Amino acid sequence: MLEIKNLHARIGEKEILKGVNLSIPDGQIHAIMGPNGAGKSTLSYVLSGRDGYEVTEGEVLYNGANILEMAPEDRAIAGIFLAFQYPVELPGVGNANFLRTALNAIRRKRGQEELDAVAFLKLARAVVKSLHMKEDFLKRNVNVGFSGGEKKRNEMLQMTLLQPGLAILDETDSGLDIDALKIVADGVNALRSEKFSALVITHYQRLLDHIIPDMVHVLAGGRIVRSGSAALALELEEHGYAGLEAA
Amino acid sequence: MSVSTVEALAEQKYKYGFTTEIAMEEFPRGLSEEIVRLISARKGEPDWMLEWRLKAYALWRKMEEPDWARIKHPPIDYDDLYYYAAPAAPAPKSLDEVDPELLKTYEKLGIPLNERAALAGVAVDAVFDSVSVATTFRETLSKAGVIFCPISEAVREHPELVRQYLGTVVPAADNFFAALNSAVFSDGSFVYIPKGVRCPMELSTYFRINARNTGQFERTLIIADDEATVSYLEGCTAPMRDENQLHAAVVELVALEGAKIKYSTVQNWYPGDEQGRGGIYNFVTKRGACRGRNSKISWTQVETGSAITWKYPSCILQGEGSVGEFYSVALTNNFQQADTGTKMIHLGRNTTSTIISKGISAGHSNNTYRGLVKIMAGAQGARNFTQCDSLLIGDQCGAHTVPYIESRNASAKVEHEATTSKIAEDQLFYCRSRGLSQEDAVGLIVNGFCKDVLKELPMEFAVEAQKLLSVSLEGSVG
Repeated sequence: MLEIKNLHARIGEKEILKGVNLSIPDGQIHAIMGPNGAGKSTLSYVLSGRDGYEVTEGEVLYNGANILEMAPEDRAIAGIFLAFQYPVELPGVGNANFLRTALNAIRRKRGQEELDAVAFLKLARAVVKSLHMKEDFLKRNVNVGFSGGEKKRNEMLQMTLLQPGLAILDETDSGLDIDALKIVADGVNALRSEKFSALVITHYQRLLDHIIPDMVHVLAGGRIVRSGSAALALELEEHGYAGLEAA
Repeated sequence: MSVSTVEALAEQKYKYGFTTEIAMEEFPRGLSEEIVRLISARKGEPDWMLEWRLKAYALWRKMEEPDWARIKHPPIDYDDLYYYAAPAAPAPKSLDEVDPELLKTYEKLGIPLNERAALAGVAVDAVFDSVSVATTFRETLSKAGVIFCPISEAVREHPELVRQYLGTVVPAADNFFAALNSAVFSDGSFVYIPKGVRCPMELSTYFRINARNTGQFERTLIIADDEATVSYLEGCTAPMRDENQLHAAVVELVALEGAKIKYSTVQNWYPGDEQGRGGIYNFVTKRGACRGRNSKISWTQVETGSAITWKYPSCILQGEGSVGEFYSVALTNNFQQADTGTKMIHLGRNTTSTIISKGISAGHSNNTYRGLVKIMAGAQGARNFTQCDSLLIGDQCGAHTVPYIESRNASAKVEHEATTSKIAEDQLFYCRSRGLSQEDAVGLIVNGFCKDVLKELPMEFAVEAQKLLSVSLEGSVG
């Protein structure tokens, strides 16, 4: 269960989030839509602990724990995963090595046994196959020379392997063609369970044709200005965001 | 948690900083003809060797310390140093006679000299201050005809080989530190691989400085005869001391027709503390001559230690079709200074060279790549590829690249690529959001940056080198 209560955050002197309230129960997928500059990416970075954002008011609880006091790695260990809008390149770092290091860091902290190279590869290959990706994904360097679509798929590979309790997708659909969009949607849908929840941040409605959300929220001017069922996304598609900020 | 101010300030954990309590024999401070004679006599050297040393000493007296490198240090008082320090007990004839304190020292360093406990497939020559204290697996090697012994022993036992090759790659007059080394070198390793022999195991020398105020001047000579192959590795550590200590070594490699020499270094001399006090001055001349057709010399170095590193392992590519390689990782943290690189001198036709240099600077350190690619008139069809990459951690450090290219043959092809980058905050955040700690993230990124070089190291040492890189950067991001 994720609970965001009266969250205010700023970058430097500029207040971006002005009192966000949102609850996502386990097992649900919520979408956040909104115009450019509404604070969508800021919300995802504040939730995952990126530097440079100052929370001035409010709190964020995940399974009852205040995550705002946690380092980014501890949030990952607690089960939060951020799929990046612009996944970062790590030259010379093999994808398999990166994934295994990450998975084992999380397993170690959770008191689970670490996976050796053989056990890890077996697991990783199965995941690669389930996502209809080529096996050479594991051998390539993290995101180096990947196309936009490949980078997003790699995010889905990481997410599926790390098995988060809460996934935050920060405009993961931006710049994707329809095939890549489906892969992202398949990745999220495959994780759907009573123990999994997701916050899907998107500018466009089309991703929500493939990931049907339980609720849709509109973020505008640093606040949630409207909430509704999946049908709200269609309405926004038709009428745009105009006039919502004042609401 | 403040990733935004990436600073390199924290202490470096140097786990080899202990000292060994052992009775030592030291010659009086300072350098004179008398000291040179004393060293030679102590080693029981023949007259020709003493003459050679005295000539070098006379040259050195007239030479000036070089000042072109991008390094700074207070003047070194050469008359205040000890030039010879050795365990007082007589030289051991076999491993059983080695002082248990010394065996313990090497065990603590992770270099067991007991053959049963030794690293599988690696023969070790252990040099403690001025002398070699033990060489393992000598019998196994001699069955293959390989000579692997302290150079002081080679001077007595194999004078014909030593006289033929010593000083032919790095002459005494080459530079100030080479002349100094030629006059006072006390020990080091000698390797000879006979024709057609592939050395059956990795050879390794482990250098340890222990005594205070003592310079270490080791000399290594490796000869690979026609079609011979050898892989050699050196490692170095020293105690933590407040004063600076001088290490001025010379390494000469000779590769005859079709011979291949791979020389790897993991240099971890004491780098000084976080304020820049103490540490080793590592002023080293390393050069290999590819004399025969199709011979190959490959240098791989991982330099993480020393207060100052001044070192340019080079190749003279004389034989037609010969190949020179230089793979380097130089990491500086705190107040360390490194000015390192290579020289590739192309003399023969169709000679090729490859230079891959990775410099990592953190803290207040300065890291310079300095390299020369020289194509002589006769080097028809010569080729070089150079890649120099620098990685900056924090905003108080410096990275500098000084490449020189001289070509006197129009058919030559020379390529140079260089990049400078910082560990980006979004890279760190990306790793951390996947559950990696900040330090693991830095280690992963730095090791990725160095991968092209690390993969050239022998397997056993590549793992060690990766750990060393992470340890040397501990606390550099905070």
